[in-house]
Amino acid sequence: MLAYALLLSAALFVIGTLGVIVRRNAIIIFLSIELQLNAVNLAFVALSRYTGIEGQLFVFFVMTVAAAEAAVGLAIIISIFRHYKTVNVDRFNLLKW
Amino acid sequence: MGFAASVPGPHLPVQEVAQWEPVLPGLIILLPLLGFVVNGVLALRSAARSSAALRAGTEWDPFAGPARPRTHTLPTWIGPGVMFVAFVLALWNFAGMYGAELHDPVVVRYWTWIVTGNLQIDAAIQLDQLSMIMLLVVTGVGFLIHVFSVGYMKDDTGYPRYFAYLNLFVFFMLVLVMGAGYAMMFIGWEGVGLCSYLLIGYWFTDREKSDAGKKAFIVNRIGDLGFLLAMFLLFQAFGTLDFGPIFEGAEGRLAAGGATVTAITLLLMLGAAGKSAQVPLHVWLPDAMAGPTPVSALIHAATMVTAGVYMVARSSVLYALAPTSQAVVAGVGVLTALLAATIALQQHDIKKVLAYSTVSQLGFMFLGAGVGAFTAAIFHLMTHAFFKALLFLGAGAVIHAMHHALHRADSHEDAQDMRNMGGLKDRMRITWVVMWVATLAIAGIWPLAGFFSKDEIIWYTAAWAGAPSNPFGTLYTVYWLVALVTAMLTAFYMTRLMVMTFHGESRVDRNARPHLHEAPRVMWVPLAILAVLSVFGGWVNVPEPLAESFLGLFGALPMSEWLHHWLEPVTHDAAAIQTAALGEPAYRAPLVGGGEFAWALASTLAAAVVVLAALRALGGRKYVAAARDAAVSGGLRGILANKWYFDEAFDAGIVRPVLAASRWCWKVVDTVLIDGFVNFVGNFTRLAGWTVSLFQTGQANTYAFVLTLGVLLVLGAAVFL
Repeated sequence: MLAYALLLSAALFVIGTLGVIVRRNAIIIFLSIELQLNAVNLAFVALSRYTGIEGQLFVFFVMTVAAAEAAVGLAIIISIFRHYKTVNVDRFNLLKW
Repeated sequence: MGFAASVPGPHLPVQEVAQWEPVLPGLIILLPLLGFVVNGVLALRSAARSSAALRAGTEWDPFAGPARPRTHTLPTWIGPGVMFVAFVLALWNFAGMYGAELHDPVVVRYWTWIVTGNLQIDAAIQLDQLSMIMLLVVTGVGFLIHVFSVGYMKDDTGYPRYFAYLNLFVFFMLVLVMGAGYAMMFIGWEGVGLCSYLLIGYWFTDREKSDAGKKAFIVNRIGDLGFLLAMFLLFQAFGTLDFGPIFEGAEGRLAAGGATVTAITLLLMLGAAGKSAQVPLHVWLPDAMAGPTPVSALIHAATMVTAGVYMVARSSVLYALAPTSQAVVAGVGVLTALLAATIALQQHDIKKVLAYSTVSQLGFMFLGAGVGAFTAAIFHLMTHAFFKALLFLGAGAVIHAMHHALHRADSHEDAQDMRNMGGLKDRMRITWVVMWVATLAIAGIWPLAGFFSKDEIIWYTAAWAGAPSNPFGTLYTVYWLVALVTAMLTAFYMTRLMVMTFHGESRVDRNARPHLHEAPRVMWVPLAILAVLSVFGGWVNVPEPLAESFLGLFGALPMSEWLHHWLEPVTHDAAAIQTAALGEPAYRAPLVGGGEFAWALASTLAAAVVVLAALRALGGRKYVAAARDAAVSGGLRGILANKWYFDEAFDAGIVRPVLAASRWCWKVVDTVLIDGFVNFVGNFTRLAGWTVSLFQTGQANTYAFVLTLGVLLVLGAAVFL
């Protein structure tokens, strides 16, 4: 059973990662990051069956951080959109030199 | 000085003869230092006033007011004053030592100066017969020259500074001659070098003069290197630098004629050659004439330059153990004597003639010290201090008069060029007479001082040439012949100087002539005293073969052989070693025979003939004033006028290669190699930074991609490796 759960988790994580690298829309990238986080959560939950309650406990932390991150991240994206009228990350290269 | 303790020689039994206690020997040294401090403070105050005036945009003339400022009157009393007290103390000690019939040196230890490993150096002074003679010469002649300076430097704004330097010089000179070991001697040695530099460049605003000071200092450094190396070798061999143990243990520890003692003595000779201006390190002394003339008299004629002779005489035991070094010392001496005498023939500057004459006479002293006649060398050192100081001070009086007269007449002619002089004898009677006394003394005319001392040196060269087992007998014979010729040259160039300066028609600028005047009393009284010494100074050591003949006034001259007996305790060991090695000297001239009396008589007659002939030959000659003298001498004259091209040879052989090497180091090593490497490192870093910065695109996706790749790499490595 564990192997399936971990395979599913890995598959979700890879999809999320590819989404972050490949997609250009900031919202989609954001969703992909959430996908990665949840893939990790899945692995935590699956493993907690064998190692103890700490894995499930940790999932709550991750969800809390993800929620906070979603709030801050969406605020930044809205702010960017107001400025550039787009959320295409190709257009943003201010993080340079 | 309360804790002074005198230490008698270790092997002396508890004596019946009362060991002599020196009287305040430390004070003799400290007095000039005190003079330096006081005069130095005055000099600083005067300098402060002068620079304050400069900042205010004016100039401070210390002689403008009705009365001189105190900074310019006090040195008159302090400078010569400390010298006088020191001289009196020296005389007092001399009297004490004379009465005590001292055998071993009295060493006074004040404190331990340096202790490191097994090296211990004490601040200690040593009084014995040799240092006593030097002490008397330095303080006595020094005092007279200080007095003369009062008149000579009267109108110089740097008056207090001058006396500060002069006092400091005497302090170091006394340390040199009274130090109880090579280390103490070296302090004095370096100190007098410093003062020499300061005083040669006394008028330091003149580029040429400050360069002359630098030249003296640098050439002396070369000699000092030899002195230092010799000290290292001595320490290695003896474990100490004190005179006492070194000279007592020398015979036991060093093989006679061995490599160690030869190396030590040759290196010491290198030091002596630097300080005492022997070929090839003599080039600084003529340039040192840039300093004030009394300085030339004190430092560059009477005292400092004789330090090398003193050092060789002090190390007599070591030299007696190294016959090769002795031959080198004598050879360098006689070569120097000859070369310098020939150069003096063609110089026009009155001080340059005297400078080369000094070099030449120092060569004689080294000849004496080299052949083992240490007494004769010290004797000549003493008489030379008298008559050469007199000659320089006399020249100073002449220059002083010329300078003032030319200044009054607004003439810019050279006050030191003898071609601008002539006929001064009518204007400067006293100077003329005393200069002739000194000239006859240096020329070796009986019965003046130089006759006895120079004859001693030449005679001992001849005597040791004939010693049965002297390996350098033939060489000594050559030395003897060259010395005889040089003595004649001396008589000639000195007469030439007198003729050009004092005789014949006056070539002085017509407008300046009426202003020529005799030196003031403060200047001519020291001259007169030195003239008396130049006459009688030689009588302290009339050689035995001469004493009973008419050259010794049939025994009427007092103190025959006195100096010889006086220095016996110092030179005794060396003489014993030398006699054991070479055999008794043959008291007979080589090649032709004849005793000391015959040769002394012959040489003084020959010198007299040379003087008279030169007077006749040059007296009628018309000299051309310097400004109109365009004649460029060729041939031998040209070589002599150009001083055997020593300066040019050094320039081509050393100065230029060093400059070229320095330039190469600058242009190639520094600019190309070192700068190139540094610039390469800088440029490489910039290039690398620029290359790497290309990865910083600002694209978050790319970053994420690279990040992922990195993580995969690390994970892959962790899993598969």
